[in-house]
Amino acid sequence: MKLLAAHQHISRPEGLHVLELANDADPRELALEGVDRIDLHFPSFTDGRAHSQAFLLRRRLGYAGEIRATGDVLADQLPLLARNGFSHAVLRADQDLVVAERQLARFRSHYQGDAVQPRPRFAQLSR
Amino acid sequence: MYQYTDFDRQFVRTRAEQYRDQLQRHLAGQLGEDEFRPLRLQNGWYLMRHAPMLRVAVPYGELSSAQVRVLARIARDYDQPAHAVFQDAVAAQSRLGEIQLRDGRAIGSRLSTGYAHFTTRQNVQFNWIPLARSADVMDLLASVNMHGIQTSGSCIRNITTDALAGIAVDEVADPRPWAEILRQWSTLHPEFAFLPRKFKIAISGAHEDRAASAWHDIGLRLRRNGQGALGFQVLVGGGMGRTPVIASTLRDFLPRDQLLNYVEAVVRVYNRWGRRDNKYKARIKILVKAEGQRFVDEVEEEYRQIVEVDGAPHTLSAAEFERVNVSFVPPALRSGRKTVDAKVFLILQATAEHDLEFGRWLQRNVRPHQDPSLRAVTLSFKRLGQAPGDATADQLDAVAALAERYSAGELRVTHEQNLLLPWVRCDQLAELWREARQLGLAKPNIGLLSDMIACPGGDFCDLANARSIPLAEAIQQRYQDLDELHDLGEIDLHISGCINSCGHHHSGHIGILGVDKDGREWYQLTLGGSDGTRLSGAPVPGKVIGPSFSAHEVPDVLEAVLEVYREQRLSAETFIDTLRRVGLEPFKAAANLARHVLEAPETALA
Repeated sequence: MKLLAAHQHISRPEGLHVLELANDADPRELALEGVDRIDLHFPSFTDGRAHSQAFLLRRRLGYAGEIRATGDVLADQLPLLARNGFSHAVLRADQDLVVAERQLARFRSHYQGDAVQPRPRFAQLSR
Repeated sequence: MYQYTDFDRQFVRTRAEQYRDQLQRHLAGQLGEDEFRPLRLQNGWYLMRHAPMLRVAVPYGELSSAQVRVLARIARDYDQPAHAVFQDAVAAQSRLGEIQLRDGRAIGSRLSTGYAHFTTRQNVQFNWIPLARSADVMDLLASVNMHGIQTSGSCIRNITTDALAGIAVDEVADPRPWAEILRQWSTLHPEFAFLPRKFKIAISGAHEDRAASAWHDIGLRLRRNGQGALGFQVLVGGGMGRTPVIASTLRDFLPRDQLLNYVEAVVRVYNRWGRRDNKYKARIKILVKAEGQRFVDEVEEEYRQIVEVDGAPHTLSAAEFERVNVSFVPPALRSGRKTVDAKVFLILQATAEHDLEFGRWLQRNVRPHQDPSLRAVTLSFKRLGQAPGDATADQLDAVAALAERYSAGELRVTHEQNLLLPWVRCDQLAELWREARQLGLAKPNIGLLSDMIACPGGDFCDLANARSIPLAEAIQQRYQDLDELHDLGEIDLHISGCINSCGHHHSGHIGILGVDKDGREWYQLTLGGSDGTRLSGAPVPGKVIGPSFSAHEVPDVLEAVLEVYREQRLSAETFIDTLRRVGLEPFKAAANLARHVLEAPETALA
């Protein structure tokens, strides 16, 4: 997962087709043809709706472009973002990059499947 | 019990390391309280009225003796606040005053330290551990495969079940492997860590629902279909709180291998649609009520897409079920004395007839078992001088030893805040009874009035409007006479210190709810609630019987209500049956007459 500082985030870059999705929108209603990047917003890190949006985009709809987390994006939630299919995260201005990288490296595997590793641990083992 | 794998052990240790990292950053001022709060909550750490509270996860209530010894150590060495913290707490609680009883006694808060508390959701809590020592406690817990993962926060909480799981005579199938499979699936689920609100799942595997399934966000009931295949009835949208709701049935029969796929569909729809603008309207019960069929259709469509588009990756394989299930085989007990057991039991019965108290204990605290040579024994943590469900460090150590000697080293935390020994040999019942009695844990009151459920209430909880524990103590004192208790028979008395309903007042035959009026403690009484057990009938919230009562009126009001029952009951009719037959009115009238303001002129006339 690529981590961006707030100043590295350009909301409407020229030449790129970027969609900004409100967190109560259903991603299944989008036309994804030619979309380069989808920005999903966290008004607060405790509002988990964008997690389901990312999962649906990446896993259900097979969207392969960039999914970027914006808003209240904190170091301790990065492992969730990565597993739900976000490829990029714009860290809130006060977040420490070293702390952020440390959280991403902590758990090597998990019980349940996710957007990146769809099979749960038990299905991986039995293969 | 479930046997931890290396992966499971490493996972819990990594979680403890992660928490230490977060705590250190918080204590160093690098992680603000707003950012730290959800992290500590999802590890079981609350900040309460006087001190932090830790809720330790006890998956579906199962504990080993080794785990109980670690809980004892935590109680003894860590559940110890700084002197000033404790003195301030004592002072704050004494300002709340005492409950004046009619006989002249007064009961106030009596805080103590160094103990654990069993909760209605089969977990264990501590009330006094300083936050600075919290990461050490998590390491200690991890050493015996324990943790506080998702015991709080807006996420999927500890899965609960029937304390008789795997041993009940009326069981369709053992719910524990399913609870464990759900525990693993929900543990650190990346998509469902920040739901609109907390999410509670219960599983019942028996014909009788002893897990209060219909009162949960998801209630699962194991059953067999016409072809004999195992599956689940799926109930969604039950809950207590401000708006008590009985769950709706979404599926009468879900094939067992589809459990995780279907639960994923329910939780995803909830995560997307659940209200986040109002804490009191954020539980799934409100969504189910508001959307009705539209919610059901959306869940079914989501489930269809999980299966057809995602390829149903969480479909449970027979191999995985077997891997988990093999942990739950009954323990091999020291001696197979089945042949003499029938005789032994006859001797026991003869002894019981001679010794009234032992007889009562066999009747109330001992339950039948799938293995006819075994029994399930409940140790009563409802006694004078200690709050319902509290156990000191010494008591925990003693109980760990009891479980080792008499129950294959295993115990269960019950929904009713007691401990159950699941593997007791018939020929050791008398011995166990004597030892439990010496420990003060053999009170033959299981299922009776004094076996009440009570939340920590205003003695500890930040949310409480009124205290639960002194009220429980007042009732406990009034109803000490075992003849009277046995005569009153089975009654579910549930006490909550506020509308969040941790004491499950909605489901009590008699429910007591603490309310705040002008900064003083008052209590609302509800009658006729049911958790869904055979005794209580179809699950239903109790009905409020008029304006609230002051604390010192409550014991008298309770007595008046019980007096109506005694007058009106037919032969062996239970309280709840009499209440249903004659209706609320006579009980309501008696309760209102017991108000002290009304009693005063009558006393003057007499």
